[in-house]
Amino acid sequence: MTCTEFIALLDDLIDDTVTAEMRADLQEHLRCCEHCEVTLNTTRKTIQIYRSHQIYDLPSSLRDRLHAVIMARCKKGC
Amino acid sequence: MATIQPIAGENEQHPDVALVERVRAGDVSAYDELVRKYDRQVFRIAQHITQNREDAEDVMQDAFLKAYEKLDQFQGNSKFYTWLVRIAVNESLMRLRKRRTGRMVSIDEDIDTDEGTVPRDLADWAPDPEQNYTQAELRRILEKTIKGLPPGFRVVFELRDVQGLSTEDTAEALGLSVPAVKSRLLRARLQLRERLSRYFHRKKRSSRLGVEK
Repeated sequence: MTCTEFIALLDDLIDDTVTAEMRADLQEHLRCCEHCEVTLNTTRKTIQIYRSHQIYDLPSSLRDRLHAVIMARCKKGC
Repeated sequence: MATIQPIAGENEQHPDVALVERVRAGDVSAYDELVRKYDRQVFRIAQHITQNREDAEDVMQDAFLKAYEKLDQFQGNSKFYTWLVRIAVNESLMRLRKRRTGRMVSIDEDIDTDEGTVPRDLADWAPDPEQNYTQAELRRILEKTIKGLPPGFRVVFELRDVQGLSTEDTAEALGLSVPAVKSRLLRARLQLRERLSRYFHRKKRSSRLGVEK
């Protein structure tokens, strides 16, 4: 397996949608390719960081204000 | 972390279906529950597309009002949240179009870039790289990094990786094909990884000066 072939299947590996046979091929490639191992680990970390530090949070005061406007208009039939 | 829960099984009714039925029967308080459940996610999607806080506030408000008005058109064969996201994405694009004085803006425009297809930065990261930054610094880094991606990449990454939607639901919400979602997700993940490497590189662990404010 080449690095390009590995990268093409990177998402399937991360999302755990590979067959057992394919997983074995990917792991075999990882054993001898530090480049792809780093790419896999840091891509996983990228996802984990964005999941655990959610950006564009909605502050409670703004959330309450927008919520009040939405519900008032819904009660009037918009 | 707020993630969207997948439907448990084919025969189990999604809790949103019961809420939608209550709203249709005249119970406005059930809509209150739906708004509270999804307002943060809708706001984030609007921010990702418009890159403007005021626009995102307007989009969130307009998307929920439009969904309420059109609730009779909602078909049970799609999930309420998927349907809501589609409305929010359209509202966001309309808002963006207004700011760009009528220029067409589309989430599925072909993005011609090879960036991210072949990783260039091969350096490993520090073990817990985010701990080298304060919460505020980290938030600025994450926002600045994702802003550099095309809108179609940002919103696919948000829906799939942050909110936890399936590839199929993401495709339906954005009006894209499944292969298009997969292609954008791979490139978004690789581009974000490469851009974050500037900050999280093992050798640059102590370099806080790299944060641009």
